[in-house]
Amino acid sequence: MGNYQGMMTIVSRKELVKDVYEMVLEGDAASFIQAPGQFINIKINDSLQPYLRRPMSICDYDQHHIKMIFKVVGEGTKILSEKKIGDQLDCLTGLGNGFVDLECQKAVVIGGGLGVPPMYKLAKDLVEKGVKVTAVLGFNSQNDVFYKEEFEKLCPTYIATMDGSLGTKGTVLDALKENQIEFDKYYTCGPEKMLDALVMAYPHNGYLSFEARMGCGFGACMGCSCQVKTKPYKRICVEGPVLHSSEVIVNG
Amino acid sequence: MANLRVKLPGLDMKNPVIPASGTFGFGYEFAKFYDINLLGSMMLKGTTLEPRYGNPLPRIAEGPSGMLNAIGLQNPGVDAVMNEELEKLRPLYTDKVIANIGGSAIDDYVETAKRLSTHDMVGALELNISCPNVHCGGIQFGTNPQMAAEVTRAVKAVSQKPVYVKLSPNVTDIVEMALAVEEAGADGITMINTLVGMRFDLKTGRPIIANKTGGYSGPAIFPVALRMVYQVTQAVSIPVIGMGGIASGRDAIEMMIAGASAVAVGCQNLVDPYACPKIIQEMNDILDEMGIEDIHDIIGKSRQY
Repeated sequence: MGNYQGMMTIVSRKELVKDVYEMVLEGDAASFIQAPGQFINIKINDSLQPYLRRPMSICDYDQHHIKMIFKVVGEGTKILSEKKIGDQLDCLTGLGNGFVDLECQKAVVIGGGLGVPPMYKLAKDLVEKGVKVTAVLGFNSQNDVFYKEEFEKLCPTYIATMDGSLGTKGTVLDALKENQIEFDKYYTCGPEKMLDALVMAYPHNGYLSFEARMGCGFGACMGCSCQVKTKPYKRICVEGPVLHSSEVIVNG
Repeated sequence: MANLRVKLPGLDMKNPVIPASGTFGFGYEFAKFYDINLLGSMMLKGTTLEPRYGNPLPRIAEGPSGMLNAIGLQNPGVDAVMNEELEKLRPLYTDKVIANIGGSAIDDYVETAKRLSTHDMVGALELNISCPNVHCGGIQFGTNPQMAAEVTRAVKAVSQKPVYVKLSPNVTDIVEMALAVEEAGADGITMINTLVGMRFDLKTGRPIIANKTGGYSGPAIFPVALRMVYQVTQAVSIPVIGMGGIASGRDAIEMMIAGASAVAVGCQNLVDPYACPKIIQEMNDILDEMGIEDIHDIIGKSRQY
């Protein structure tokens, strides 16, 4: 188990597309991350407002760095986006289970919107293991697309946009079918509706990373418990965020 | 080094700092952050007779200096708590813990209390008659003095350990509630539970919390908790464990000045997993600065006013 707190310093910050920021944090707490798909929980400032930490997915990491990509959707992410290089953040890192089963021949990594970032380090690790990887990235529109080139450097990459302005018109499922992508395992993160659609289409061979409103992020408050087929419940922050497709209960 | 040791019914604590129920799981989750033996005691996650999954998600929303929750007493049931959860805690914690009991009928409280009070690790029981998040589950006992007295009396009759009753702030007269449970035999009072609140989504108008309402806690409610502890400790002669928004050693000392004999830290554990050890250290430092050698010298210091 690696749930640890540390101060991390912002060493780079850039806006990728409108309201979507990439930030690199530097500090020893990065070394507690053990698998792609684990997350980081950040105290945005020292004040009581905003009160709770903000859980963020991890796009890439090494022993000393964490790269994250987030969208400004509210007060906390707004404050975070305005931080400067050199600012420090109180972080809990290495939270959750992450993607640990990378055993397969042909993998497809499927990211939807802000579910794209955690697919990046995962794709890197899969490629490094010699797995044949394909990426499918879904966005609302061409203007929202980010990390296309980064993925293309790693593996064949297909884009789906809801308005059809780039790649397949429609969802990531449409792109999977249109491009006849073969895979024996899929890995995904994205909006719950997208994850539900994938579970219904491919119930047996996928790992899905879920999002939830969290109180603590480390298993204490039970704020993010979800019902699964294999146990009475799992906490998204500890036994998740990654669940196997066979245990997911689709809420409809 | 000031003396921080306090003795309460069923609890001989090396310091007065206790993580509050529902913010600390069954304790062992925090052992990966620090040695939990530093804590005076701990209040376990609310336990019911049968397992409960709790409320649908979202269960959490944020507010100014605080958070709203509607977990719905998720827990694995009293037998699993005694045989599994407490066994996971046993190698990590040597002092007595406070078992928190929830229910929706007097018989549930009685049966759960009967079982939990026999456990060797349990020093005292805390009756949650004030959970705002369970339909027909506790809160009706916490807002009606006759029913509060009735459940207290029934549990006292079967419990082998001292019984503390956790009071709700969602009442017109909390002193009336406190006097009712004292009269019914409570050994102590813990207070306050959360304040019922709501948040809404601007676009849809839908409540953020699936349960619609939740319990508000965090520094925002601290002055409310202080006021209620001040009022109750002037009226009763049993000890009060004060809680509600404590986030620092300074807050903890202020709560004891208001009249509390010990303090519980809730929400802040979720924001900062190291909150309790920090608070213990800060209390010690502040007392040293103030030249106070024994924590008892500040308990109820406000009473003269």
